[in-house]
Amino acid sequence: MLILCCGNPERGDDAAGILVAEGLKELSIDTQVCTGEPATLLQQWDRAHDVLLIDAVVTGSPPGTIHVWNASETRLPPRPSQSTHGFGVALAIELARKLGSLPERLRVCGIEARNFGLGVKPSPAVQRAAKDLTNKIATECGCFPVV
Amino acid sequence: MTARTIQVETLARVEGESSLYIKMAGERVADVKLKIYEPPRFFEALLRGRHYAEAPDITARICGICPIAYQMSAVHAIERALGVKPEPAIRLLRRLFYCGEWIESHALHIFMLHAPDFLGYADVIAMAADHRELVETALRLKKVGNCVISLLGGREIHPISAAVGGFYKAPTKAQLLALVPDLEWALQASVETVRWTKGLEFPSFEQDYEFVALRHPVEYPLNEGRLVSNRGMDIDATEYEDHFTELHVKHSNALQSVVRGRGSYLVGPLARFNLNFERLPKAAQDAAESAGLKPPVRNPFRSIVVRAVELVFACSEALRIIGEYEPPAVPRADIPNRAGVGQAITEAPRGILYHRYAFNERGLILTAKIVPPTSQNLRRIEDDLREYATQLVAWPQEEATWKCEQAVRNYDPCISCATHFLKVRIDRKNK
Repeated sequence: MLILCCGNPERGDDAAGILVAEGLKELSIDTQVCTGEPATLLQQWDRAHDVLLIDAVVTGSPPGTIHVWNASETRLPPRPSQSTHGFGVALAIELARKLGSLPERLRVCGIEARNFGLGVKPSPAVQRAAKDLTNKIATECGCFPVV
Repeated sequence: MTARTIQVETLARVEGESSLYIKMAGERVADVKLKIYEPPRFFEALLRGRHYAEAPDITARICGICPIAYQMSAVHAIERALGVKPEPAIRLLRRLFYCGEWIESHALHIFMLHAPDFLGYADVIAMAADHRELVETALRLKKVGNCVISLLGGREIHPISAAVGGFYKAPTKAQLLALVPDLEWALQASVETVRWTKGLEFPSFEQDYEFVALRHPVEYPLNEGRLVSNRGMDIDATEYEDHFTELHVKHSNALQSVVRGRGSYLVGPLARFNLNFERLPKAAQDAAESAGLKPPVRNPFRSIVVRAVELVFACSEALRIIGEYEPPAVPRADIPNRAGVGQAITEAPRGILYHRYAFNERGLILTAKIVPPTSQNLRRIEDDLREYATQLVAWPQEEATWKCEQAVRNYDPCISCATHFLKVRIDRKNK
């Protein structure tokens, strides 16, 4: 399974994916960290069959809520912004779907985020959710979870 | 009198966010406002009190698409203030770095932002279903640009290696040579892109523009040159503020730049091409000529073809540089603190980017001024729409709106650079 963790450690809750990558690294589970830039993302999962992608999301749920989408079968909820600054994971997935290059199995784990302030720490709720998600992934990979 | 309003809630496929309002009164376009209401970002104020060495990394955060442009204008302005002249290998690396940005930015705009306009799709995802090869080419070209940037800058978005005096780390020859196969593919794909854009349908629309671009004695401009125009301007970066001024208009949080005493002007691919055609490498000139493109190109819709020609240039130039490259003795010259004032202009993918810094004897920035290319094109975009919209008076609402959006996208505006969201509204009043 290829684990892709997206995020920006300098933008508050947007670090959610990075926190999961750091937690998994401590358990010697390989991950790839990425910004979510579509061209890079498509290349990163090229020829991978089973991909787990972790990123911060905004759906209106309480911060720290963990969402899981089976992106191989369903579209991700659309992002309101239509500028290129809105280009990211959702665009990469839909482009890959149209191009027939979507991994056979692609699950997207989203951690609900709220505060994207410059240079601020991720909120406690997001930090807790990142730890919970790390443990769930570790369990799936057959590793002992973090207490 | 009957009033008619066209309104688009969000102008998509531009970098950043703003809105556009067009009011038509009978056959006449009564008002055009490119409304930029995103709050100002205060980067110039943010820089005050910081050491000049931080300027390249801070200003790079202005844009995720063209951070290298900000880094290059910053390092050149500061080096001019300090009287530093980096060694030739650094100069080459900086040109290569810029080529990487031009490749990724132009590929993004040609295929993913502008092509859907010409092919009649709402966005690149819809286009991908019928034009798979185009989208795959776009993604691969963008990736090639990103690889150049990552190698030289440490990462593809907001790279971190560019510094005053050089780079924090210079690549080896072998690392650069590893890029060659991808760049050779990209060069061929760019030539094909010129051929493809040639076949698109362009609205009949030409304007008597004042084109403004850098001009170097022998090279197609990236980092250096005098600022010239087709109306006789020929100045050094130090004279920029004597010739240009920024105006605040009520409807925009981004300033609009004008040539003093003349008004709007055009920067970017069309200006560079028209003022520097003979500086293009043969491969790019041949590609342009095969597309029937000769300066002066005055139809802004043809900017997609010119961008493709510049893709050929960027790939060709990148290959030339890699061929010539020998690593510098030291990647970055040590530079002592001293007071100074320096200005520089470089060619961002969208056009000229002006920086001026003044700093004290401790190297702390006292004042900074940044004029991004989109600020320089904003008034010109409004002027284009004022003229172009008159052709659309009899057009159905939806098509007229589409064409107006396309006319804005001719400029590949980076509204976040100029400060962000675009809604289009056209009011029509039939007298």
